[in-house]
Amino acid sequence: MTDAVARAVEQAHRSEWGLVLAAVARLLDGDLATAEECTQEAFEAALRTWGERGIPTRPGAWLTTTARNRALDRVRRETAMRARFPDLVRDEAEVAPEEDDVIVDDRLRLVFTCCHPALAPEARIALTLRLICGLTTGEIARAFLVPEPTMAARITRSKKKVAAAGIPYRVPSENDLPERLDGVLTVIHLVFTAGYASAGERLVRDELVDRALDLARVLGVLMPEEPEALGLLALLELTDARRAARVDAVGRLVVLEDQDRGAWDRTTIERGEELLARAFGLVVRGDAEPGRFLLQAAIAGAHDEAPSWAATDWPGIVLLYDRLRAVWPNPVVDVNRAVAVAFAVGPDEGLALLDALDGRDDLRTWHYLPAARADLLRRLGRRTEAAAAYSAALALVSDGAERAFLRRRLAEVGATP
Amino acid sequence: MSTKYMFLIYSDEADMAGVTPEQWDQMLQAHNAWAASVVAGGATIHGGDALAPSATATTVRTGGATPVVTDGPFAETKEALGGFYVVECADLDQALALAHTLPANTVEVRPVIDTN
Repeated sequence: MTDAVARAVEQAHRSEWGLVLAAVARLLDGDLATAEECTQEAFEAALRTWGERGIPTRPGAWLTTTARNRALDRVRRETAMRARFPDLVRDEAEVAPEEDDVIVDDRLRLVFTCCHPALAPEARIALTLRLICGLTTGEIARAFLVPEPTMAARITRSKKKVAAAGIPYRVPSENDLPERLDGVLTVIHLVFTAGYASAGERLVRDELVDRALDLARVLGVLMPEEPEALGLLALLELTDARRAARVDAVGRLVVLEDQDRGAWDRTTIERGEELLARAFGLVVRGDAEPGRFLLQAAIAGAHDEAPSWAATDWPGIVLLYDRLRAVWPNPVVDVNRAVAVAFAVGPDEGLALLDALDGRDDLRTWHYLPAARADLLRRLGRRTEAAAAYSAALALVSDGAERAFLRRRLAEVGATP
Repeated sequence: MSTKYMFLIYSDEADMAGVTPEQWDQMLQAHNAWAASVVAGGATIHGGDALAPSATATTVRTGGATPVVTDGPFAETKEALGGFYVVECADLDQALALAHTLPANTVEVRPVIDTN
């Protein structure tokens, strides 16, 4: 096998896995487990065949046809199944490249099935990464810091639930679409966040960020009239544009305030801003309210546009947080809004808002609240209180880069942990 | 005068996961025999079926501002099973939509195994 073949298969695995699996899953009436096996076999066949006969001009079509033929073989072998698929057996000659809109539907079907609300959130993420993105069980396990057998069991159980509970393989009806789309976007956002947070193996983490971006782009193309789908893509682009500036030369976390804004990717920011404009245009035309992903994207965009931390449009960001809080009431939003208020109005005002949130049950284990308090106390010169708050934040963090950052700050305010 | 009772069958799912087709047949026969004895005793069976494992359950809570769908069986102890329906649906989406409209706070939706 030549390097060219290996590269072609790898490239196809990255870009075509989900498409191939989606097409086979439809043929099999949503039997995801079998569709996954047939897809895997098609890629194995590609490694052998492409070396002997050359790389096909359309690798995706080759893989889809091969995987579908495997599926048909299985169907033919199983007499009991033949009764379930009378149409399929009759039409087997028609297994040919599909119309584009059918492929579009296939991909959406797979996305909506993997992100069905009847599946536990961690199951949705695992199925999405395995079935749509083609990540191996081991890669997914490492990304989420769980043992591989645990992740394997989770994926198997999820596929079983899809089959046994009768989760349909289709795009939801118009009525259910807003809620269901939100569920899909949430999964993609969680995949991105898991990659963006700094724990775990760097390579696997970058893979998650890239896969989340891929998925968000696919959704943006497939649902170009959905402001929230565009909003999510904008949010990911506008956040990822800062990737290079987020960690310094020795791997330490650099907070937004201290980042080298010259290292931000301007092309990506422009792309994100265009998406923002398109999404807001759709909202205005539809006489609707911007949703939570679009508003978060607008906040990320406001940071990306600012020449410096001090020259950031803080009052504008506070207004965006107000609107975000209205459509998505959430303590995390409250904390972020309080920080924005601290820079728009003054640290005392921000601190008062944070203090009002202190002690809330749903925030008790989140290190960001004491860390945000500590930061404002530090700026106010209240060093002893700042040190206590940094220590409280440290007690809640296990991630290495984040801990190192908090320790540096703690040392700055004149105490050692 | 007579009263309808619902019989709730509890079993260890770990034991059930390992049953062979032969053991399954034996259980079905035992149930059929029991059903025959019920009829022979003058009582009437209005319905009954085996349920798929609790891992396939989905719970819909409609008590709050917005309905919440979650994976898994209903597990809170302060509320007890108060009734049941067996409804034939096209798929889980239809079943969940119907569960949303049921005049009840919490509904666990579990597929019934086709024992035929």
